[in-house]
Amino acid sequence: MDMALEIAVAAIKIFIVLNVVQLVVAYTIYVERKVIAHAQMRLGPMRVGWHGLLQPIADGLKLFLKEDIIPDKADRIVFVLAPVMVLVPAFVVYAVLPFSATFYITQINIGLFFILAISSLGVFGIVMAGWASNSKYSLLGALRSAAQMLSYEIFLGFSVIGPLMLAGSMNLQEIVHAQSDVWFVFYQPIAFIVFFIAAMAETNRAPFDLPEAETELVAGFHTEYSGMKFAFFFLAEYANMFVVSTVGIVLFFGGWEGPDFIPLPGFVWYVLKLSVFMFVFIWLRATLPRYRYDQLMRVGWKFMFPLVMLNIFLTGFLKYLFL
Amino acid sequence: MELYFFYMFSGGMIITSLLMITRANVIHAALLLVLTFFFLAGIFVLAGAEFLAAVQILLYAGGIMVLYLFSIMLMNVEVAVRMRQWHRQGVVVFVAAVLLGLEIWAVLKGVEFPAAKQWEWSLGATPGNVEALGAVLYTKFLFPFEVASILLLAAMIGAIVLAKRTIER
Repeated sequence: MDMALEIAVAAIKIFIVLNVVQLVVAYTIYVERKVIAHAQMRLGPMRVGWHGLLQPIADGLKLFLKEDIIPDKADRIVFVLAPVMVLVPAFVVYAVLPFSATFYITQINIGLFFILAISSLGVFGIVMAGWASNSKYSLLGALRSAAQMLSYEIFLGFSVIGPLMLAGSMNLQEIVHAQSDVWFVFYQPIAFIVFFIAAMAETNRAPFDLPEAETELVAGFHTEYSGMKFAFFFLAEYANMFVVSTVGIVLFFGGWEGPDFIPLPGFVWYVLKLSVFMFVFIWLRATLPRYRYDQLMRVGWKFMFPLVMLNIFLTGFLKYLFL
Repeated sequence: MELYFFYMFSGGMIITSLLMITRANVIHAALLLVLTFFFLAGIFVLAGAEFLAAVQILLYAGGIMVLYLFSIMLMNVEVAVRMRQWHRQGVVVFVAAVLLGLEIWAVLKGVEFPAAKQWEWSLGATPGNVEALGAVLYTKFLFPFEVASILLLAAMIGAIVLAKRTIER
């Protein structure tokens, strides 16, 4: 009976997390449109509801009712599977994210490694989408995306090693506990900068949104997609943004723990930190121009890679000397 | 419970690998190979080696297979699909398969499958634990570990030399 109860509790938690994430994604898109609009001296969505507050729901309905087109020359099976392949890894990762001291779906002792492994699968969906569409624009977008995500995954993986060495565990809750005195961002500033840049590239956000560069490639890998399948790609992009932000918060900003002198519950701290992260993502999109492809690769391999290696070496050296 | 999962994963592995070698479309074959890796990772988890399972997915599925797809996507798959996959080697293949089958049967005939052996460097109460793996890798198996890294370094330098020559030309 115990096992049935456990499964029921887990199922309820999964249900809550999935639905909340989808709703939050819809409203993040609304916030993004508003922030970018104001950055460009516009008003943004204003028509549906007070200051356009119902706009995400209207958009969702529109996408849901749109005709779902599968191109004649497309590889049907792969074309249909691609959006699923993007969305599933993005949501599976939520299984190990710690939202507060008590609210999480599960804890495993390779938590961080699990996140890296699963999120490395998202690129498959993009590559499949680009190839199955049987269109030049899609294929070019997919190729760019595969190269970009593979390279930046390496920097992302190496940048988390520094905080891991300090925490001495891959369990995300234990990493949070290890930072109850000082946030790791003060010990690991280089790692944080590399992590943040790599995270932006991994989620295909501006200034690294080359796979969907609309000025050159129409819409990159999802040019041929419409309706709900297009919405899946959108949903996965924002779900991934939440994941990398949460990992950044856990590794460098003390997770759901806040300073002791302000008594707020852990979940509130988590939401506050997450909001800051998301705002910075949106802010950078409104500010920075897109990288060129060769610039992207040069910055990655010739600047960030040596930097992150140096960081691992320095962390090990200083830890050996002082701890 | 674990036995059911084992049959699920191993059955899935056999089905996906059979499908993989019978596809004419190379991209489909590559994607099915990824699926096979997933089932293999599942078996690793059942064996208590969750670190190995994560490495399996991160490196093979997330890294190497993406590079495979990357190069396959650049070729014209439709021509390959329309080509007739026949190399007039049926007889040779049949003889080889029968011989291999006999060999496997001869080897496995007399073997009694023992209970899982408990190694002296057992990973302890929490198997697959990262700390335990690191400790074993840097003490007991330090030499093979270093040999493997030197091999990889040599391969990397070789690749750079080869790539550089074509650029200069």
